[in-house]
Amino acid sequence: MDMKTISFSVNGKPQKVHVRTNWTLSSVLREQLGLLGTKIGCGEGECGACSVLMNGKTVTSCLVLAVQADGAEIITIEGLENMDGTLHPVQEAFVEAGAVQCGYCTPGMVMSTIALLEKHPEPTEEEVREGLTGNLCRCTGYQKIFEAVQIASKKMRRG
Amino acid sequence: MAEFNIIGRSLLRDDGPGKVSGRTEYIADIEMPGCWVGGVVRSWTARGMLKGIKRSASFDWSKVTVVTHEDIPGENYISMVRNDYPALAEEEINYLSQAIALVAAPDAKLLKEAMASLEPEIEPLKPVLTMEEALEGKEIIWGSDNIIDEYFNGSGDVGKGFAEADVIVEGDWATGFHEQLYLETQGMAAHMREDGAVEVIGSLQCPFYVHGAVQKIMGLSPEKVTIKHAATGGGFGGKEDYPSILGSYAALLAYRSGHPVRIVFDREEDLLVTPKRHPSKSHYRMGLKKDGKITALDADILLDSGAYTTLSRVVLQRSQLHACGIYFVPNVRIRSRAVATNTPPNGAFRGFGAPQSIFAMERQMDLAAKELGIDPLDIRLKNALRTGDRFPYGQILNEKNNAVKVLEKAAEMSDYRTKRELYAAQPGGRFKKGIGIAAALHGGGFTGAGEDEMGTTARVCFNGSRFCLYVSSTEIGQGSSTILRMVAAEELGVGIEDVLYMTPDTSKSPNTGPTVASRTTMYASKAVWDACANIIKKLAEWRSLKGLPEDMPTSSLAEKYFKEYSKLDELGYNIFDDDSRWDGEKFEGDAYRGYSWIANVIEVEVDTDTYEVSAEKVYAAAEVGRAINPMQLRGQLTGGLLQAIGWSHLEDMRVDEKGRYTASHMNAYLVPTTLDTPEWEIELLEDPCAQGCFGAKGIGELPMNAAGPAFVSAVDSAAGVFCDSIPCTGEKLFRLVLKEENKAAEGGN
Repeated sequence: MDMKTISFSVNGKPQKVHVRTNWTLSSVLREQLGLLGTKIGCGEGECGACSVLMNGKTVTSCLVLAVQADGAEIITIEGLENMDGTLHPVQEAFVEAGAVQCGYCTPGMVMSTIALLEKHPEPTEEEVREGLTGNLCRCTGYQKIFEAVQIASKKMRRG
Repeated sequence: MAEFNIIGRSLLRDDGPGKVSGRTEYIADIEMPGCWVGGVVRSWTARGMLKGIKRSASFDWSKVTVVTHEDIPGENYISMVRNDYPALAEEEINYLSQAIALVAAPDAKLLKEAMASLEPEIEPLKPVLTMEEALEGKEIIWGSDNIIDEYFNGSGDVGKGFAEADVIVEGDWATGFHEQLYLETQGMAAHMREDGAVEVIGSLQCPFYVHGAVQKIMGLSPEKVTIKHAATGGGFGGKEDYPSILGSYAALLAYRSGHPVRIVFDREEDLLVTPKRHPSKSHYRMGLKKDGKITALDADILLDSGAYTTLSRVVLQRSQLHACGIYFVPNVRIRSRAVATNTPPNGAFRGFGAPQSIFAMERQMDLAAKELGIDPLDIRLKNALRTGDRFPYGQILNEKNNAVKVLEKAAEMSDYRTKRELYAAQPGGRFKKGIGIAAALHGGGFTGAGEDEMGTTARVCFNGSRFCLYVSSTEIGQGSSTILRMVAAEELGVGIEDVLYMTPDTSKSPNTGPTVASRTTMYASKAVWDACANIIKKLAEWRSLKGLPEDMPTSSLAEKYFKEYSKLDELGYNIFDDDSRWDGEKFEGDAYRGYSWIANVIEVEVDTDTYEVSAEKVYAAAEVGRAINPMQLRGQLTGGLLQAIGWSHLEDMRVDEKGRYTASHMNAYLVPTTLDTPEWEIELLEDPCAQGCFGAKGIGELPMNAAGPAFVSAVDSAAGVFCDSIPCTGEKLFRLVLKEENKAAEGGN
């Protein structure tokens, strides 16, 4: 298999990684860069646990080849916390709403929520459901996740 | 003044910040230097005789470790209910995907090559893939009759009950496989310590189950085996027994290779080999008076066990004991059997046998209501168990009339009666609305004498500044780490921040029992409570000895005590002070010390062009004993209800003619997404249970028990059908509608 060097930005930091051309973005994030907050639930783009932001849009990083991320700007769950270690408003909202149970879908769900609120700062219920439809949660019945999105929306608008 | 300081408050989870930030480490995330990867070589056929394992000569076998049954230092079985399940096949192959050999390699690429270079040589035999074939008994695949376990209860006079009946209603009911689909797949790792002890860590519910299994297979004494809990991305029963198997494999590979070994399944392997909810088939025959009062019931329940016992005996017990649901039946006969087939062993999934038999009973009630022209709510209210009523197994209900209360509450919340009439009169058109009601109970904790025999123990010790909880109760998403801290803080009279939950580790944590059976909040918490009470007692005695002020806070007192003795460490137990009796031989008596109750009203919309059904609104009235943390409790209920709704129409898995599951990917096994999720309305009722911690009852499994029948009842009312099985997929609904149309056409002739 061919090898290629890719350059991209991960959580604001420039990275240069030597990858096989068949490696996925999720495997490079987890195995080369040690960013283990991105979870693998299916490896087939069905569950959304591996969702990250690529140039501002959510992608399932298990379906994106690392070479496709060459030159891109990637944000993972590790890139959300502030410098002082405080949580991002979306992360805070998930904790406060009780939207976290086993936690395995949570990083992906948080990333999708960020993209959703970027597009719809004051989302309707339908927009929340549509925005998170690619992220499966088997624990919560989603209700508290919907509530978390609305809490996050308020927090972010308050600035 | 409020009754409690902490109990009843919706406190935030202690594991929330770690999980939202991605810092929480699951088994695949833990750094293990020098760790090899493990894999399992499996049977390609559902039944046969293993003749050998051919190793390709072109592969360099010195680079990897291969383990077969001959390399097992201890005994070759997975220690569970019965020792019929070999960890690695010796000669007999009894299901497709049965484990034959294990391989460990330094990396995934080499592992894949090695696995592809091993070929199990199997002489195939004709498999028995259905319960019907197994009961015919032409091929015997388990014991002498393919029956893994069997139970019977009877009370009253069934013949007399049927003779008194105005009508007799009969129905055949079935439920399908149900996959837990925890988001984190199964994974375990092991390493050998220099002293010959083995340490196993992974995604699991029951540390001491794994501890027992690894001891047996490795031939080690208890102190030479340590099991540690890694953060676990959901279990729902799926990580009750399987980690004992995977943990044993990891331990064997670590022992034989001399390296730490980790096995993490990909989703395909997880779907194809791990236990599912037992499919069921039931025949119910019921006698009723014209007014809907039940006079007799004869029920016959079958569960498909798969090839080995695993947990089927205890799952079957729960099917048996929940077979009449929330109803009083004066004359009753219930028989249940777990039947062996050449399919992967089925296991635990939230509800644990109860959802299957309750589905049958609830459908039976709907069928009776239909035949008698009574509303489904009224027939339920008429027969609901009331205080003092006797269960078929002899227990007398000594709780309030909770069955009636949850039914009435759910009907009121949903405006059930008005909507039922409204939807019955709705005009033709593509989209039809329907509404259905169903109810269930769930016995909390182990069945029968299980809790008395468990020896549930917790340890609480003060570390100089905080109280540490040592338990084997695992945090698997259900919130136990927070609930246990709340219980301790309440009893100690300290803040929740003064209490730490210590991640289970069998070398430090006493055996609080497995994290199953909705027993953690109800019973494991009681051992924590007892240990805290012992600490309070010790401190109070010391305080009076020292002449310290009576109003000195627990924390200050504990600090002083700790300074003097450097130790403040107490054990606690789940102690019962009732006269509960259970006769295991007769399978009769007080089966459970507390029942939780639920009624669900579900509203659906059916697209009569595509046969797609959407659950629009779900109402649940749940009687929970005591809501220790209402926010988390609601999350448990909505989560469980959605799993049940998924099982009712989306989650479709069968076994094909080769004995292989029909779904091996998430795109073939569909679980509810945000778009499949109804609006929820939940009401909590509380009738505290004297033997549960602070009055709590088991609630983890309760939401699984009634949503299936409520869902299909709603579909019936929308589509004018009567559904006898779940999942009621679009294809199934299409066939049901066709059947009704044909019936109407025949009637017209």
